[in-house]
Formats: sequence, structure tokens, C-alpha cells
Amino acid sequence: MAEMEIDVRGQTCPVPLVECRKAFKKTSPGDILIVKGTHPASKKEIPMACKAMGLEILEIEDKEGGKEWEIKIRR
Amino acid sequence: MGMGEKTVIVLHSGDMDKVYSALIIANGALAMGMEASIYFTFWGLMRLKKGELEKGPLSKMNMLGLGRRMVKQRMDKANVVSLERLMSDFKELGGKIIACEMTMEIMGIKKEELRTEWIDEWGAVGSYIQEARDANVTLFI
Repeated sequence: MAEMEIDVRGQTCPVPLVECRKAFKKTSPGDILIVKGTHPASKKEIPMACKAMGLEILEIEDKEGGKEWEIKIRR
Repeated sequence: MGMGEKTVIVLHSGDMDKVYSALIIANGALAMGMEASIYFTFWGLMRLKKGELEKGPLSKMNMLGLGRRMVKQRMDKANVVSLERLMSDFKELGGKIIACEMTMEIMGIKKEELRTEWIDEWGAVGSYIQEARDANVTLFI
């Protein structure tokens, strides 16, 4: 199982979602993807997209006093 | 991933803000596991000409380009990516582009004037309907 991390801090709509999708295209089933970001809507919408695509959200964590977030997903 | 769901957009406008809307929605659809196609027609097709993607005016308050420049500055400040980047992501994620042949004829545009590397299909209304008949989301922008 490989683990991959993408950093979309400072990026806005639609880049965080798009970068997640691009990253998943490079992974295999079972791999873990960690997404670091700051865009507030993406914190809700990345899990929404994952659910629609049947991917498992392992963890959603707030960082830097809520200014940043980190989402851990299993493909 | 992707359950055969599809978003199909007709991009009739060549206005910068509307081209942004079309590409953002289409990229969102791809990112959320759907297929996506954009049918470029009329003023929208002008944006497929070489060097013209970023050149559209603002749909409202363009004020001879002054309003456009102000909005563009604010977009840069908000870190909004370029249309060129959105297009490259759209293609990378498997998005499809259809160019309207009637517009080409009316406007006297030749294939070699367009960014053919982006265009998957050349068509007319039949291509749009064929594309949209099994789509879950279809928009006219």
C-alpha cells in the first residue's frame, strides 16, 4: 500500500478537488492519499466527491487553529 | 470510479467569466467522478482560437476592459488559476471538447486557426443531442 500526499494550501475552487482526482489516477486501490488544504468549501466537498466515487474517508483534521485542514482518504 | 454519469455543457458565450464558469463546472464534474463534455459554439468557439482562450471580455461592467482588468486582479489575488490551466486539467482528466462546425462556417474559421490538440470532435446540433441524451446534467452558458 503506497501513501501519497498532495499540498493544495492556498489553492481555491476547483483546484483542490481537481488535484485530488489527478492524484487518485496515479494510485491503486487500497492506497492512501493525504490532502492538505486551506480552501473552506473543499473541506466539505472533497469528502462529498469521495463518497460519490466510493472512496473511504479515514480522517478529517483541523490544523493551525482551523486555518488549515488535512483529509486522509483510502482509495 | 465514475458510474457512467455525465455533465454536458454548451458554451455559447465567449465572455471570460462565463468561460470560467463552464470550465470550473466541467472540472468539478470530472473531479467528482463524472464524465464531462463541452460543446463550444458561437462566441464560445472564438475562445478555442489560438491565443484567444484568456482574451474574452467581462460579461458585465467590462467598461472597455477596465472592469475586466479589475476583476482579473482580484482573481489573481484570490489565487484563481488561469483558463489555460483549467483547460489542461480538463483534458488530463479525460474531458471532451466538441467544436461547432456551423460557427466555423459562419465566422469563416479554419481548423488550423483552432487549438486542435484540445478538440475531440467536430459537430453540429446532432453531436450535442447525442452527447446530452444520456447526461445527468446539461447546461447552456
